[in-house]
Amino acid sequence: MALSITLLCGGCGILTSPDLNPKGPIAHAERQLLFDALSVMMIVIVPVFIMAALFTWRYRGSNAKARYTPKFDFYWPLEFLVWGAPLAIIVWLGVFHLWPGTHRLDPYKPLPSDVAPLQVEVVAQDWKWLFIYPEQDIAVVNELAFPVNTPLSLKITSDTVMNSLLIPSLGGQIYAMAGMQSRLHLLADEEGEYWGRNVQYSGKGFADQQFHAIAMSRDDFDAWVAKAKQSSGALDAAAYQALAKPSSKVPVTYYSGVEPDLFDSIIAKYAHGHDRLAAEAAEAGHEPAQP
Amino acid sequence: MPFYSAIAASGAAVTVLGGVAVMAVVTWFRFWPSLFGEWLSSLDHKKIGIMYIIVAFIMLARGFVDAAMMRAQQAIAYNSDGYLPPSHFDQIFSSHGTIMIFFMAMPFLTGLFNLIVPQQIGARDVAFPFMNSVSLWLTSAGAGLVLISLVIGVFSTAGWTGYPPYSETQYSPDVGVDYWLWAVLVSGVGSTMGGINFLVTIVKCRAPGMHFLRMPLFTWTALITSILMIFAFPALTVVCSMLALDRTLDFHFFTNGDGGNMMNYINLFWLWGHPEVYILILPAFGVFSEVVAVFSQKRLFAYISLVLATSAIGLLSFCVWLHHFFTMGSSETVNSFFGIMTTIIAVPTGVKVFDWLLTMYRGRLIFKPPMLFTIGFLVTFVIGGLTGVLMAIPPVDYMVHNTTFLIAHFHNMIIPGVLFGFLAGYMYWFPKAFGFKLNEWWGAASFWCWIIGFYLAFMPLYVLGLMGMPRRMEHYDIAAWQPHLIVAAIGAFIIFLGIVCLGVQLAVSIRDRKQLLDLTGDPWNGRTLEWLTSSPAAPYNFAVLPKIEGIDAFWHLKEHGLAYKRPAKYEPIVLPKNSLIGLFIGGAAFAFGFAMVWYIWWLAVLSLAAIAALIVIRASDDEPDFVMPASTVQAIEDERFEQLAKAPRNEMEDEPGFVGFPAPEAAK
Repeated sequence: MALSITLLCGGCGILTSPDLNPKGPIAHAERQLLFDALSVMMIVIVPVFIMAALFTWRYRGSNAKARYTPKFDFYWPLEFLVWGAPLAIIVWLGVFHLWPGTHRLDPYKPLPSDVAPLQVEVVAQDWKWLFIYPEQDIAVVNELAFPVNTPLSLKITSDTVMNSLLIPSLGGQIYAMAGMQSRLHLLADEEGEYWGRNVQYSGKGFADQQFHAIAMSRDDFDAWVAKAKQSSGALDAAAYQALAKPSSKVPVTYYSGVEPDLFDSIIAKYAHGHDRLAAEAAEAGHEPAQP
Repeated sequence: MPFYSAIAASGAAVTVLGGVAVMAVVTWFRFWPSLFGEWLSSLDHKKIGIMYIIVAFIMLARGFVDAAMMRAQQAIAYNSDGYLPPSHFDQIFSSHGTIMIFFMAMPFLTGLFNLIVPQQIGARDVAFPFMNSVSLWLTSAGAGLVLISLVIGVFSTAGWTGYPPYSETQYSPDVGVDYWLWAVLVSGVGSTMGGINFLVTIVKCRAPGMHFLRMPLFTWTALITSILMIFAFPALTVVCSMLALDRTLDFHFFTNGDGGNMMNYINLFWLWGHPEVYILILPAFGVFSEVVAVFSQKRLFAYISLVLATSAIGLLSFCVWLHHFFTMGSSETVNSFFGIMTTIIAVPTGVKVFDWLLTMYRGRLIFKPPMLFTIGFLVTFVIGGLTGVLMAIPPVDYMVHNTTFLIAHFHNMIIPGVLFGFLAGYMYWFPKAFGFKLNEWWGAASFWCWIIGFYLAFMPLYVLGLMGMPRRMEHYDIAAWQPHLIVAAIGAFIIFLGIVCLGVQLAVSIRDRKQLLDLTGDPWNGRTLEWLTSSPAAPYNFAVLPKIEGIDAFWHLKEHGLAYKRPAKYEPIVLPKNSLIGLFIGGAAFAFGFAMVWYIWWLAVLSLAAIAALIVIRASDDEPDFVMPASTVQAIEDERFEQLAKAPRNEMEDEPGFVGFPAPEAAK
């Protein structure tokens, strides 16, 4: 009740909030799960509010008319209901929402689509995001552009402390950890500029560690790639070393040409001779690679 | 020294001046002898309990100042740096969480256990009175380390969870994380010992007839909490020791690379961290169970269900730790399993809520402040439970994890669920500790400020979480967030008024203590055994151990006119002597922690040696107890019954559920 009042008070803000105003099927499905669970839970929540209000009023000390049974302390049918109702709801929630929802929305699972997914390798740095496009041989700092209605297949690691990548309008969130690779599959079904950022506290530049996530038409994307390709700098080993140093509020920077296997070498840096093994495990299995 | 910011410097000044002021007051009123002789050295569980709660209130004030500063910063930091630099803001969110969990909630619940559990089970003391004193002083030593970090050096910026690799030397080279680590380690040892103490006390020291299934619910929650403490705290001690080894001796348990793996830390930390949530909340559930029955003037509904639900929560609390990191890349099956386990906890919790409501059903409610806190809890807590179940669904968690939605959720559990419970317990049992009641008007005022402030401060955070706002933001550039953050800051201000009301309530009650006097020891028409003793209770609690015939033992005695029967003669009673060694061990532990933070090796060795020596000295004391002669017991009891005889009419005597005080002749 109070929650809904606040939701109403927060009116304009909440209705346009990225979580409740999704721009892709993943965020949409996650929101749907939230709504489904919320409505199922109301079966127990609403009676609590009603009982609390009713009993507090009816059995107030000054109301001598109300029945008073000081020794009434057990009643089987009531107790059956008290255990049974929450249990039934939890079973319902688990069987019909939680278990299938978690399997369907596994961030490691590639999205079904007729279009070939766009591969992007993501590196979290202090305090910025590096996006490497291996197929296009370009790299960008703090800007993630991709064609609309095309699955976005992200491989994520960190070259610093633990980070977590979230684009609220598109959904999902996954940790980025050094020496390991995590995966996230997203899709935008509406063109637009969204924001994404690190949501795992990572030091003094944390507040500014955000990027633009731009869903554009296929033509615009091709133009964007062409523009990136025209930039002068290439992301070779030396350029990467310089970039990886802590810095914040870094403007969007394009690199034409990327050191081969840069992403794998960033992981391998922390994996100490097990790099091949780690990469294979990450590729084949599900768990983040163990060093 | 905190010269990095004027605000931190003034905080340090307040800390130092506060300490100096307390010492000045103690000196002025010549309290030193009684302070050392009767309090700091006391092994009486009731005095130890009171000291724990004093620590909790001091740390509540400090932790709240941190919270208020964060709310103020975020309210103004839209496209601006606000008034706090990141290095300071980050220390504040870390110390706020650390203080509230380890040094506010933990001492508060341990204090309530100390004050009440022995009296509820008809015991004369805890099983290990000396260890109890050591626990208190270790906890205080940890609190001291957090406080002194504001004056000398800096505090951690890694949050209250201290996740590596950020908390490793490579990324946090200053002493902040070390302060956090050693404060947590030192107090963690105290908490483990506290758990052992109360487990043994409850299992071994119950009065004749106090079967397990006759124990009051508060004692039941103390029992389960103690078991959780014993099993969970070692995980924290281990994981913090490993991180300390990483930082101090260059180990590589959790480092980036060199074979380290931060995921192990996160697993171990939450293996303690989740049971810890229930360590905090179960005692509050215990308080609510007592309060709701007494102020509904009715037997607790479905006692057996509540016992089973408490035990089930205790067991399940060890099966859900992974829900704190659904986003770490576990497989969908692992995430589903832990999600389902988490939602299952909602079942016994829901049972409790309904059984408390059914206790109110057909009762006669008396809206004393503890009851107000209980009703406020029931309504507010289910909202937190609802959002908890939502976050237990992994894909929903992917969306709102690490956002202010999470912050809103756990404050929604911990403020109504834990703090309201402890404040209810404080107001409910205060007369038992001091012999007079607390002012009700200010208590009610405090409740209304707390609950209104809570809704204003945290409901906007749910909204902000859905808007994608991460936790721990020092500034931001999204205009839509700011109005919500301003409302939240107003809420924090109203909570501040609630804390002021608590202070005024205490001051007014001390001033009016003559009118608020409780001569009976049973001001609320109580049901459980702690109300049989005088207020405050005699050092031995019970001159004659009561015989327990059922649930609501005291109620049963009153109903059958047995509550105030005097024996033909009293027996001598064995009681522990006071000892300052616990205080000294705490002091040495503080010195050890401080030495480890600053790498002062000679001091570390010296303080460890001192602790060992103190333990040897204590162990060589062949006469730690003394015998209180029967004549002294007789004298104390004579005075008690004289007071009972001249006790004025109790306000509860007009209530329909009243079961009676002794007839005047019983006092003879």
